[in-house]
Amino acid sequence: MSSATAAPQRQRQSRPSTSDPKATARARTTRWARRAPLLPALIFLIIVTQLPFVATLIISFMNWNSLRPNDTSFAGIDNYISVLTDQGLRASIITTIILTVTVVLVSLLLGLGLALLLDKKFIGRGIVRTMLIAPFLIVPVAAALVWKHALLNPSYGLVNGTLTWVWSLFGSDNPPQPELLSQAPLFAVEASLIWQWTPFMMLILLAGLQSRPMDVIEAAQIDGASRWQIFRYLTLPHLRQYLELGGLLGTIYIVQNFDAVFTLTSGGLGTANLPFSIYQTFYTANDYGLASATGVVVVIGTIIIATFALRTVFTLFQKEESR
Amino acid sequence: MTALNPTVQPSAGPTFLGRRRKSRMDPTRNSTIAGLAAWAAALIFAIPVFWMVLTSFHSENDAATNPPSIAAELTLDSYRNFFGGASGLDPWPPLINSATASITSTILVLVLAIPAAYALSIKPVEKWTDVMFFFLSTKMLPIVAALLPLFLFARNAGTLDNIWFLVLLYTSMNLPIAVWMMRSFLAEVPAEMLEAAQIDGAGLILTLRKVVAPVAMPGIAATALICFIFSWNELLLARVLTGVVAGTAPVFLTSFVSSQGLFLAKVCTAAVIISLPVLLAGFAAQDKLVQGLSLGAVK
Repeated sequence: MSSATAAPQRQRQSRPSTSDPKATARARTTRWARRAPLLPALIFLIIVTQLPFVATLIISFMNWNSLRPNDTSFAGIDNYISVLTDQGLRASIITTIILTVTVVLVSLLLGLGLALLLDKKFIGRGIVRTMLIAPFLIVPVAAALVWKHALLNPSYGLVNGTLTWVWSLFGSDNPPQPELLSQAPLFAVEASLIWQWTPFMMLILLAGLQSRPMDVIEAAQIDGASRWQIFRYLTLPHLRQYLELGGLLGTIYIVQNFDAVFTLTSGGLGTANLPFSIYQTFYTANDYGLASATGVVVVIGTIIIATFALRTVFTLFQKEESR
Repeated sequence: MTALNPTVQPSAGPTFLGRRRKSRMDPTRNSTIAGLAAWAAALIFAIPVFWMVLTSFHSENDAATNPPSIAAELTLDSYRNFFGGASGLDPWPPLINSATASITSTILVLVLAIPAAYALSIKPVEKWTDVMFFFLSTKMLPIVAALLPLFLFARNAGTLDNIWFLVLLYTSMNLPIAVWMMRSFLAEVPAEMLEAAQIDGAGLILTLRKVVAPVAMPGIAATALICFIFSWNELLLARVLTGVVAGTAPVFLTSFVSSQGLFLAKVCTAAVIISLPVLLAGFAAQDKLVQGLSLGAVK
């Protein structure tokens, strides 16, 4: 809307500029006056976020291990070959993909279910909503620690404790006591992340549900459409963009996840994802060149997802603007 | 919904009545089932949070039992120990560091984002959508890929273990989100009101104070709370770039657990205390949380 009002103004300013040099100068001043409030943020962001990536790109072509500072040299694409051939790093690429896809899909599905429930009116809806948002508002490291020690600890965690209690109700003193953190470490990481990210998906999908055009749905109900038909042919198509948005934003955040992997398993037992491997390559192994090349690989992967994400955001954005 | 004109379907009299009765009954029964399901799900999702809070009020001996001692006596011991530094770790420096980093970076973000959002909505620059998407694209690049150059820079410039370097990075981390959120809030200021102010000869400052601020204030508050949350939560940068002096609360949490016998109640207490600001900020911003998390794309 604001762009529509701005366009004619701009034309009005630029029209006399062809004839009168003074007017050209004035037009230029107005243009810069318009830009001025934007510049500090823009310049700050370019310096702080873009320069480090340029540096990463340069270092990724270098042989540089801080433990052997005299050996620094140009490496060509050696580091990239290492990224793709190194067993550990290849495994962490696969772990990243499995972790991200599982967490995003499951939390999207659970989030959709919860959003559909919360879209109905019932007693205590506000409290339920608040309780469901709570997992998202626990500091991620704190959440990971609570999962690791208070829930999943094999001897006194809540999960095994509950199993003992339930089994004792049936008179058994031999309850199953799984050690999830060592037996299924990736599953443990996934479960804790799904727990934290489902509220995020739920919030986005609930907003989507509540923006449905109700008159169309009522018309469909009057025409005798079944509840499933309404969901399948009206609600789901409307939600598609919100599902995409939730999925893509979730992907971008979870690909970058470090806290859960670092805290729950310290990247052991095949749970090291790319951010953790990069952290380790540079912080523990001090191989700067290899860490940077891995970083570049992550950036390329993210750019591919981000392109889709940006497109989805853009579509929603245009819709909001035209409203 | 049920008040439709019967002449539309004159032949379907009985079925129509039947359906009407059903549709009047169904919603209540369905929402009862939905309500029960929602309550069950909410309880499952909230159990870890409740358990964390409950354990933080238990003694170490009651915290680490199998089966769990739900009804064990409540005590403030671990809170006293936490703040008393009984484990030899003083929680105040990291908490103060986190507060400094989060609050200062949030203020900086607002100082930079509000004028930028103004130049993207109320008096938009040419190609303002391109600028918006540039801001957003910086948010999509993983921080971990910039970690090494930031570390090398900090080491050479002597800003390693310095909270102000973290403030700068958190500002850049949150600036795109804030610009997107603030733009969507400022775009809600009605154009007629701005024109009216202009016709009445109101200057820029007066327009901002009397027209823009009242509409945008709740949005500014929500943006600030969300930026605060993201800065407070951040671990990776803080872990690599700070140490004993400038370590933040999340870093403190990771070092806190090292290996100290019975420590479950301690861990839960620390987790509760460190999460409390985020929980408060999150619930305060609840209505605008989606808009912030979806970068203003969803309202």
